[in-house]
Amino acid sequence: MLKESYSLDHLDALEAEAIFIFREIAAERERPVLLFSGGKDSIVLLRLAEKAFRPARFPFPVMHVDTGHNFAEATDFRDKRMQELGERLIVASVQQSIDEGRAVEETGPRASRNRLQTVTLLDAIATHQFDACFGGARRDEERARAKERIFSFRDEFGQWDPKNQRPELWSLYNGRVKKGEHLRVFPISNWTEMDVYQYIKRESLEIPSIYFAHEREVFSRDGMLYAVSHAVTLGPTESAFRETVRFRTVGDMSCTGAVRSTARTIDEIIDEVAVSRVTERGATRADDRFSEAAMEDRKREGYF
Amino acid sequence: MSTMSMLRFSTAGSVDDGKSTLIGRLLFDAKGIFEDQLAHVEEASRRRGFDRTDLALLTDGLRAEREQGITIDVAYRYFATPKRKFIIADTPGHIQYTRNMVTGASTADVALVLVDARHGVVEQSRRHATLSILLGIPQMILCVNKMDLVDWSPARFDEIKREFAQLIAKLNGPTPYAIPLSALHGDNVVTHSDKTPWYQGPALLELLESDALVPAIDTTHPRFAVQWVIRPQSEAFHDYRGYGGQIAGGSFSVGDEVIVLPAGHVSRITAIDLGTQSLAHARAPQSVTLRLADDLDISRGDMISLANSQPMVTNHLRARVCWMATKPLTARSTLAIKHTTRWARAMVTQIESKLDVTTLEAIPNVTKLELNDIATLALKTTSPLVIDPYAINRRTGSFILVDESTNSTVAAGMIEAAIDD
Repeated sequence: MLKESYSLDHLDALEAEAIFIFREIAAERERPVLLFSGGKDSIVLLRLAEKAFRPARFPFPVMHVDTGHNFAEATDFRDKRMQELGERLIVASVQQSIDEGRAVEETGPRASRNRLQTVTLLDAIATHQFDACFGGARRDEERARAKERIFSFRDEFGQWDPKNQRPELWSLYNGRVKKGEHLRVFPISNWTEMDVYQYIKRESLEIPSIYFAHEREVFSRDGMLYAVSHAVTLGPTESAFRETVRFRTVGDMSCTGAVRSTARTIDEIIDEVAVSRVTERGATRADDRFSEAAMEDRKREGYF
Repeated sequence: MSTMSMLRFSTAGSVDDGKSTLIGRLLFDAKGIFEDQLAHVEEASRRRGFDRTDLALLTDGLRAEREQGITIDVAYRYFATPKRKFIIADTPGHIQYTRNMVTGASTADVALVLVDARHGVVEQSRRHATLSILLGIPQMILCVNKMDLVDWSPARFDEIKREFAQLIAKLNGPTPYAIPLSALHGDNVVTHSDKTPWYQGPALLELLESDALVPAIDTTHPRFAVQWVIRPQSEAFHDYRGYGGQIAGGSFSVGDEVIVLPAGHVSRITAIDLGTQSLAHARAPQSVTLRLADDLDISRGDMISLANSQPMVTNHLRARVCWMATKPLTARSTLAIKHTTRWARAMVTQIESKLDVTTLEAIPNVTKLELNDIATLALKTTSPLVIDPYAINRRTGSFILVDESTNSTVAAGMIEAAIDD
């Protein structure tokens, strides 16, 4: 076979795949929504959506599930970015789910609203009748996610059934669902943490300041550093101290740890990621530490 | 930033042939595995009472897989060297999970077939090689593993290599690369081993990084299936009308005379947009927005191509399919079909033959297909499809069949030819 041999740069190839996924959902689903957390992965999603649909508006709104325990830097960033884009933002509030008795606040020093987000998310999906939710999850993050399809089917209860996933062949995504069911769609499934930072650099994307090294009041718990905030209660043996840190993920303050770092620019972050010997979730997320299959179990219930 | 390309490869096999060890070693040596992941695997191995770290626990991420000690579904793994980013589709080797092997193979550029030097080409490696060729993976690497257990015998290596090459030739597959290695000890995985002075070829990672292996893209036939029509309907972009899609083959340039199928409209490309950039050329597999000189009735599912290199338009075709549902398929069944960005309905007019994956013989006079069967079918579709043979273009030559009552994807299809009525 006579063929010219060439290949795209890996970021171009990943970008092309993600744009294709966005457009497939826009064409095949009636009511999609883009889930935005203020974190780096969903920031990349917004840029990819721009490339898929500009100069027109996004054919879907953007939704943030606000735990009430988010970093202020992330929510401020969210509002600023949405204003720049001129797209519609929906905020689904975990506090409201608690006030309405839909979710029950955990108690004790390790209480977290991370798990409660699932209730708020599924309620919002039902209220707005969303039939597809774009998310920024990546397969390199976690072992259950490594097995998940790009178009991931959810039944009426929002559940993921890992043993019964639809075969996903070529780029022929099956976007069909019945009323009440929905898809979770992950356009950056095949990206790694490094790819995300390289893309942020290439596209000159802004990210919240907490991704960069800064000095803040922290305390140590289970070998991880957490920010002192209204979302956490320090135990009798725990004490606050100041440290230069940055966050590798942006989640609920109650379960998102910081890493000691001096990386103050995107280039320095890329250098740091290149030599890191620990995954971003392993370094910073308490929510994955419950059991061997903590993420799989949460995903089955309808988590992101 | 230096540019690096991306390559996808598939692996298949059982726990015993050392596949997980090989992947574990590639990941470990290329820093695709992290300390917390390794610590997790070590702890999980200890809890199970294993006396060594079971690297399979790294890829077998689901509870059911860990309970049963088998790989059920495809796991995707990532690692990068300064030259390339790699995506591994790690698939199960057991016949029961053929459909998952097909899933992993459908997007692979390279198939990595692993055999145990003591056992040679066994049924599972035959099946993986056969499916890889059916799925059109254009490059194949035979890894003859556990060479240390046959005293690094060049005669044994040659014997297996020859047997495998014969199998591939029978299937009209690509000439395979063959590497003698030991995944456990790391010989010929990342660097050339001193155990094999008789082997002149590259180590596995050297081969994967080399320019000899390229992404499986049809670079010659310009193909663009319209996904989504962009019409801003805003003051600033009053007359903007763009066609969003991913280039499925070849390249397009501003000024190209194009034909839009199946209608046959002719026009000219006036702009190629990617975000805020205007491009003069774009090539597969870029996702872009095309603008044309004429206001035509073009919508999702239409195919843009060049007049001198046209695909076929047909509603009757012959295809290889892998049946993926537990419910059998019989002739006259009607299913939904998705081909490029077009949905239609398809009726199976005839099951022509079924492939025996072990003997590679075609079995005629078949009345129904069972789970994991591979067969040749004739199909008629409710609306015309714009096709190429799968051997020429994997994107315009492939389709899926979907059961309309459950919405499940029930078959993977590869087009052989249009049937003249």
